[in-house]
Order: sequence, then structure tokens, then C-alpha cells
Amino acid sequence: MQFVVSSLLNGVAYGLLLFMLSSGLTLIFSMMSILNFAHAAFYMLGAYFAYQISATIGFWPGLVIAPLLVGFLGGLVERYGLRKAHRFGPVAELLFTFGLSFLAVEAVQLVWGKAAVDYRVPALLQGALFTFRGTSYPLYKAFMMAVSVGMLLALYAGLAFTRVGLIIQAALSRPEMVQALGHDVPRIFTLVFAGGTALAGLAGVIGGNALVTEPGMAESMGPIVFVVVVVGGLGSLGGAFVASLLIGILQTFMVGLDWSLIDVLRALHIETGAAPALTRLSLTQLAPIMPYLLMVVILIVRPRGLMGARET
Amino acid sequence: MKTLFSGRRLVVLAAYLVIIVLAPLLSPKGYWVSLLCRIGITTVFALSFNMLLGQTGLLSFGHAVYFGLGAFATIHLLRAIQQHAWSFPITLLPLAGGMCGLLFGVALGYVTTRRAGTTFAMISLGIGEMVAASSLMFPAFFGGEGGVSGNRVTAPGWFGITYATPLQMYYLIAGWAFLCILAIYTLTDTPLGRMANAVRDNPERAEFVGFDPQWVRYLIVVLAGFFAGVAGGLAALNYEIVTAETLSAATSGIVIMMAFVGGIGHFAGPIIGAVLITVLQIVVAGMTEAWPFYFGLLFALLVLYAPGGIAGIVAEHKRLFDAGQLGRALHGYLLGLLPFTLCAAGAITLVEMAYALANTPDRRNAPLHIFGTTLNAGRPFGWVPPIAAVIVGALLLRAIARRTRGRDLVYTSLLQRQV
Repeated sequence: MQFVVSSLLNGVAYGLLLFMLSSGLTLIFSMMSILNFAHAAFYMLGAYFAYQISATIGFWPGLVIAPLLVGFLGGLVERYGLRKAHRFGPVAELLFTFGLSFLAVEAVQLVWGKAAVDYRVPALLQGALFTFRGTSYPLYKAFMMAVSVGMLLALYAGLAFTRVGLIIQAALSRPEMVQALGHDVPRIFTLVFAGGTALAGLAGVIGGNALVTEPGMAESMGPIVFVVVVVGGLGSLGGAFVASLLIGILQTFMVGLDWSLIDVLRALHIETGAAPALTRLSLTQLAPIMPYLLMVVILIVRPRGLMGARET
Repeated sequence: MKTLFSGRRLVVLAAYLVIIVLAPLLSPKGYWVSLLCRIGITTVFALSFNMLLGQTGLLSFGHAVYFGLGAFATIHLLRAIQQHAWSFPITLLPLAGGMCGLLFGVALGYVTTRRAGTTFAMISLGIGEMVAASSLMFPAFFGGEGGVSGNRVTAPGWFGITYATPLQMYYLIAGWAFLCILAIYTLTDTPLGRMANAVRDNPERAEFVGFDPQWVRYLIVVLAGFFAGVAGGLAALNYEIVTAETLSAATSGIVIMMAFVGGIGHFAGPIIGAVLITVLQIVVAGMTEAWPFYFGLLFALLVLYAPGGIAGIVAEHKRLFDAGQLGRALHGYLLGLLPFTLCAAGAITLVEMAYALANTPDRRNAPLHIFGTTLNAGRPFGWVPPIAAVIVGALLLRAIARRTRGRDLVYTSLLQRQV
């Protein structure tokens, strides 16, 4: 029971972190049809900026400044890089962001070294929130959830109820019309890209100390975020939400369960003898490839993703 | 349809054959032959990648899967032959790697080609990560951290050739590479190759003509998997060791760079890229440890300013030459030479200073020998001249580019046509 509760809570915290990343990616994609390969690199930059800021000023200013810095960088990338690449089509844009992700990892190694940096949870947020039958639930996980949910509610409110949000939504479906009405659509694109990367940066700020802040963090997170977006359906925020939570919870449960096929067979009193290596794999060992297996299954069963609108 | 063995093509083919036969005789040094071996392997790998990106418009971030699995299959067969559990001529062993790549193409391609465009890129990345992660779960097959090693010198093969010397190994690689290049080139001329181009340029129209784009993509992925597997098999025989790194995202990434830097719009592009990047990897990596940074920078700049790659730049200048405009372009380049040198030297100095600073424990004293002088990266004022050089150089370049429109000269070919 306590395993189920703690796994569920940890899974939701991880899933919400995934959603912060995938929501930015989805927003950028559905608006500009750009697949930002460097999205996880911005997540990594967020974590490193937060580490640097919390080492000098403190964690709380970092929570605000680091995502803003990352968003500013994102805006520069869109304005001076992607806009040029756009003329050559989606493949060039994708390749440009691929090159950027490569450069970002190198730059981070250059400045902060190849080893993980000591980015810690602030003292105020250390400790347990509550203890349930001997298993304590860390306060910081709750803080992560609060920040993600708060940020996403703010994003939703901003998109649905403010003037800027309405113009962004309009530019999403009818950019020419919005342009004709006198709005600067390229600037809106820059704004959206900056916003999406700032979300990734914020995910880095709150995820970097919960997980680990190292140059490899972008490469380990990037593919999973892509999988989330494919499973949820390209361009669908709702789908990305469901897929994030699904993958977050499933993976957390699998890490905690060391059942393997051979255990199941033995429990059913089936003689196994010399079983092949495949049956000895435990769920814990399978956890790292679970998102990809899920993606394969979804693609075979439902190629447009859980909530994807159209086939491309 | 022109046949393969007609006129100019035959001349180019013959010239290529002469080059690969004579190349190892140019230098008796050992590393020259081993460099040529590497080039041969990467050429096949890059060409098989470009069957996807250049010919069919499929950007794959997981092409190393077929290369790596082909390499693992080959090394395991080699071990089986070594233990006399099985008998097979070593000369034909890369074919086994190819078959392995083909089979995985059949299995994985079915999943990846369900979607095209950017989604294909994402899915190929996911599949690539899945296979790379699985390699750590089956240490019995993938050899864990240490990899799997074998020995290609087992028994005298055909005509007593044992592949004991690097030169014999080179000719094996060169022979296979030549056959693969011939096959991949021939494929571009077949109806399937033409349909692949049609699917790349306009899938709807291809469908109207009566071809299923998904099926065409699937076939190409399977065939590209075969050639990547052959390249993997050659790599396994050449290095006699295969590690999990051959399956990694880094391997997939470097092949994208090779194909793109060389030029994905021309058949010879990936060959140029494979030669250039392989040589640069050795030369530049020997000079500075910042080489991945320079590679990333070169790649990003090429995407922005010359998406046709080197082959695209050459083709564009040939067009200018034919139009009698080459003189004007050269005039612009001559003007731009000094600012470009200034900009590049400044940028290189900055990167090297950053690396020097990162590598010394004492942050105030980071000596650096560059361009014949010694700089101290630890002094803040030392950073001013290179930054100024980059800014002044870039501004001058921009001004010259605007005046001579030199900037537009290198905008080329494939990517532009797709818009």
C-alpha cells in the first residue's frame, strides 16, 4: 500500500515535470511547425543557470531569473537562427536545433565541467512533507508539483483570457489574417519560442536538483520528451498531459518492481529449467526502455497518438 | 533512362576505381591505410543514410541502429567461425551484417515509417534510444561495457588471403565500398529510386499516381538498413571489436553531420562529407580538444548559410562559372577574406581561451599558446581583442555580403527546392 502511494506521488511529480517540457515543445510545434530538437538542451541550461544563481544569490531568485534567462536565449535563437533556417524548410530547422543541442552540451561542459555539479534542494524545502506508514514523502516533490501545476494554470489562463493569449491563439491557426490585422506575427513567434524554452528552463530549475545536474541530462531527457509528444499526439496539449502522467507513473512503478517473467512462471508452477536471458529481465531493468516500448505499441495500434487530431 | 555504363558516368566510375586502388600506395605509413579503412566504412554508412534523407526526405536520428546491429551480428559470426562452430568465408562476412541490418529494417522500419516528416525523425530517435538502452540489458550478446571482440585471421580464405595485413583489409573494405556505392547509385535510377524522390517532394501526388508513400518509405528504410549493416560488418572486421557505442546517439549524430556537411542534394555529397569529417576528426582532434565544439559550430553555420553542403557550394559555383558570373563572386570572396579570417581567428581564440580556462585549476593563470603567441585566458582584458575581432569581422562580412550579394550565392539546391 505504501509502495503504491509513494510511487503514485513520485510518478505524478515526474510526469508533471515531463509535461512542463512537452507542453513547451507542443506549443512551439503547433504554432510554428518547428520541432525543437534542442528543447532538452534548454532544460539543461535552466538547471545550470539555477545552480549558478543559487550558489551566488540563492535558490528563490534563481527560480525566477534562470527561466527568464533561458527564455531570452530561446528568443535570440529564434530571431537570429531559426528565422534564417525557416526559408529552407522544416528539415533545416530541425537540423539547426540538432546542431544547437550539440553546441549547448559542449558549452556546458566548457563552463561547468564534465562531472555533475552540486545543485541542491534549498534547506527550506528539505525534509519530509508527511510520513505514511513509515515511508516519508519529500517536501520538495510536493513543491515541484505545486510549481508545475501553478505554472500550467497560469499558462492556460494567459492563453485563454489575456489579449496576448488570444492573439497567440489566433496566430496559431490563421497567421496571415492576424498579420493583416496589423499584428507583428514574427514577433509573436519569437515570443512563443521564448515562452516554450522558458518553460523548459523552469523544468530544469526544479528538476535539476531533484534528479541530477550534469552534461548528460539533456541527452537522457530529450528522447523521452519526444516520445511523450508522439504518444500523446503531435500538437495536442491534452494528449501530452495524459502521456506525461502515464509515462511518469508507469516508469516510477516499474523502477520499484523487480518482478520478471520467470517469477510469474514460477508462481504459476510452470517448470522453467534453463530459461533464456529474456525471461530473467526484471521490470526494474525494463524501466528505461518502457517509454519507447509504449511508443512502438501506440504507433502500431493508433499511429496518430492518443489525442492527435490528424494523420501526417 | 540512361544506363549506368554510359559516357561520363563510366569515366567517373573508372576514375573512382583507380583512386581507391592506388590510394593506399601513396604513403607507406600505417596510419594512412587505417585512415583509408575508416573512410571506406564511413562512406558506405553516410551513403546509406542519405538514401533516407537525400533521396526520400526521411531525417533519421537513429541510423546507428542498423550499423551497430550489423556490426554485432558480424562479430558474433566471426567468433563462431573462430571456434569452428560454423564455416563461412570472411570475405563475404559483411553480407551477414547487411542481412542483419535488413532484417531489423523490416522489423523496425514497419514502426518508424508509419509517419513521415518530423514525426519520423522523433520516432527514429526513440527507436534508436530503445536499441541503445537494450544493449545494456543483454550483456551476453552486446558484451556490456567492454564490447565483443574477435579475430579476423582464422583460416586461409580464398586464394590464401587471410586479411592479416592492414592492406588486405583495406582492399576488402574498398571492394565492398565500391560495390555498395555502385548498388546505391544504381538504385537511384530504378523506378523505386524515382518514386522515393517523388515521395520526398510531394507525397500526395505520388499517391495519386498510385504508389503508397508509406510502402515506398518502408522499402527504402529496409534497403538503407542493409547498406548500413554492411558498413557495420566492415567496421566489425576492421576493428575486430564492437562496443555498445556503435549503437549510440553519437554514431547516429556523426552520420547526419557527414551527409549534411558533404551535401545531401548530390549523390557524391555524403562521400565528400565522410572523407572530410573522418579526416577532420583525426586532424582537428589531435590539435585541440575543443573539436566537438567546432564541429557543432560548422554544422549550425552550414545549415544557416549553405544548406546544400560542400557539394551544393561546388554546384552553385559551377552554375556561376557557366553563366560567366564567377569573376564577380570571386571579387566578393576576395573582399570578404580578411574580415572572415579576422572573425574566424577571433572565434577560435575565444573557444581555446574558454577551454584553457576550464582546464586549469587556477582561474587567474591559464596560459594558452595560439597563433604563435601566448595568451593568458585568466585575465579579463585578454578577452577583449578576440571578442572585438569577432564583432568587427562579422559586421564587415555583413556589409560586404549586402553590397555584393555574395550571401545569396551559396543558397542552394535541395532544401530550398522543398519549400
